[in-house]
Amino acid sequence: MKFLNLLQPAEMADIMRADGKIYVVVAGLVILLVGVLVYLFSLDRKISKLEKEVENTKKP
Amino acid sequence: MKKYWWKFLGAALLLYSVIFGFLGEVPRKEILNETIRMTYFHVPMWFSMMSLMITSLVFSIRYLRKGNIVFDTYAASFAAVSVFLGLLGFITGMLWGKYTWGDPLPKDPKLIAVEVGLLIYSAYFILRGSFEDEQKKARLSAVYNIFAFASFMPLVWILPRLTDSLHPGNGGNPAFGSDMDANMRFFVFYPAVIAWIIIGTWLATLRIRLKLIQDRINE
Repeated sequence: MKFLNLLQPAEMADIMRADGKIYVVVAGLVILLVGVLVYLFSLDRKISKLEKEVENTKKP
Repeated sequence: MKKYWWKFLGAALLLYSVIFGFLGEVPRKEILNETIRMTYFHVPMWFSMMSLMITSLVFSIRYLRKGNIVFDTYAASFAAVSVFLGLLGFITGMLWGKYTWGDPLPKDPKLIAVEVGLLIYSAYFILRGSFEDEQKKARLSAVYNIFAFASFMPLVWILPRLTDSLHPGNGGNPAFGSDMDANMRFFVFYPAVIAWIIIGTWLATLRIRLKLIQDRINE
């Protein structure tokens, strides 16, 4: 009866494997969005710096 | 750092809406199935597009009243981002329609109205591109923006309601109440709408700031 063991799911007690592994997709999306948002923030920063530079060079 | 707080709010709400958009409980419906979650991503596109169009209109009117060229930059940038969001909404709608209505582009009055409306708005950018003189360009495109807005809103909000439409809220279909329950709306849908309005506004301000820097350099 050894082959019956194969029918038993190997329990890994892992939340990332539950519900058809949808959590993996959600984690992937979150990584992508965090990346895009970090990129947006850094762009925002760069524009702020440019604004200051333009402001300083035009004044004198 | 003080200026940044609303950007962090937008980023947080966006992440929140994506996580709970996927993992939250949704009503079980035939045909719609899990695609009911598209409501969290497709519909906020239109909401944010509308609010950015209204913002653009306000700046066009302010330009016409005050004649300050900065307001023209504001109006153009908000209009550009709103059309971008509209296109994203259109594409996501095509995808959704393919698997629920069985056709990415059914002959639905709301779709046709939005196609016409987005074309009206693209003419705004063509109009802007065809002027050399800054003030003339700003004045005419501000007037056109008012007309574009005044034709877009009845096209999208009123006309589809007068005939049959596949969209909820049109042609006798009830709007929000039918498919989305209160939990969906309150805990994920509204945060998603606010998130996308903030993100859209953020993108518009980045465009505005770049344009203003460019103007300063060209002075």
